[in-house]
Amino acid sequence: MSIPFYDSGLASGLLSGVLFGFALEAAGFGSPRKLTGQFTLKDFAVFKVMFTAVLVAAIGLYALRLSGVIADNSVYIPTLFFWAMAGGGVLIGAGFALGGYCPGTSLAGLGSGRIDALVFFAGMVAGTIVFAAVFEPLTGFYLAAKGPDAQRLTDLTGLPEWLILAVLVVVAAGGFVLGGKLERARGGPFTAEDVCTPQAEDTEKVQRHGQALEA
Amino acid sequence: MTAHSHSQARGRAGPRPFWPPLAAGIALGLALLVTFLISGHGLGASGFVTRLAADVSDRVAPAATAANAYFGPFVQAGSPLAAWITWEAVGVLIGAYLGARSAGRISVQVERGPNVSRSQRFVYAFIGGALTGFGARLARGCTSGLGLSGGATLAVAGFVFLAGFFIAGFVVSMAMRRVWQ
Repeated sequence: MSIPFYDSGLASGLLSGVLFGFALEAAGFGSPRKLTGQFTLKDFAVFKVMFTAVLVAAIGLYALRLSGVIADNSVYIPTLFFWAMAGGGVLIGAGFALGGYCPGTSLAGLGSGRIDALVFFAGMVAGTIVFAAVFEPLTGFYLAAKGPDAQRLTDLTGLPEWLILAVLVVVAAGGFVLGGKLERARGGPFTAEDVCTPQAEDTEKVQRHGQALEA
Repeated sequence: MTAHSHSQARGRAGPRPFWPPLAAGIALGLALLVTFLISGHGLGASGFVTRLAADVSDRVAPAATAANAYFGPFVQAGSPLAAWITWEAVGVLIGAYLGARSAGRISVQVERGPNVSRSQRFVYAFIGGALTGFGARLARGCTSGLGLSGGATLAVAGFVFLAGFFIAGFVVSMAMRRVWQ
């Protein structure tokens, strides 16, 4: 039997999802305050966790290919459509900064109790329906500036894969050091105590209000 | 922080800490690697939203949905229950719930910044969700499918997406400081 198994069944989906959801929640990505802390520079978990995960999987795939466990071109590699992907990335970045989640983390938020994640999710369904409604006039933009099929950084730069991975490891390490300094300077990162205690700020407001009344 | 030390002193079980980013990143990377080896592709999330939206649209307006150039093929492909991504999304809910429960981190709340009311939070969440839903269809994926999974295959597409995501995140966050600060 060859690897990958190309199993698209129910059990395969459930297994991947449970591992994914568990890791997202353990990272603190069920909390929109922790997630958006990335963009106020108070919490670098998004950068650190994502970059680490990309590198673990990228190095793993590279090692498995070198050792002959999986063949070249045996996993799915997306093809670039420059404007649509850059534009979509911009919209998701804006939606994340405003709404507090991205699609995967909204499910992690919902699974760990966040009611606002359900509203974000409903917004995504609405946004998807709007996209379908305007898809035909958008088709030109959707297909513009297509890159070569399944193009990778190795194809783009002509550099060997090990060198690209090494550069990314250095960038990640730099991000860990710099991010750690920046987040501590801003009183971060957010802890589970900070974000898993319901309505902490409301309790403080009530207390302040009470003290003001007593005074 | 004072509340924290008080509860510890009294021995009440507060939420257990999140995993350090390096450990959580390694766990997420291994989950992604396992997914590649089993399914041949990476993790995702917005693909489930697409199938659900097509299904909702099909129930409300079947003729228009079947005729729609984007939703039509999804409706023809059958129920969302037949799609791998649907079960993966269900798994994410289960995995997050089990993880949070085992660590005392289930937190039923409307989580928001200190200067934002509940109803304002709902408005921001809905608008943010709508931008995200639209953007994910435009990009053909989201932070999971393109950023994480595409990035792990060193796809140029993944890094173009991530550049747009991080730049817009910083710009919108600076322009809308009051939402979270």
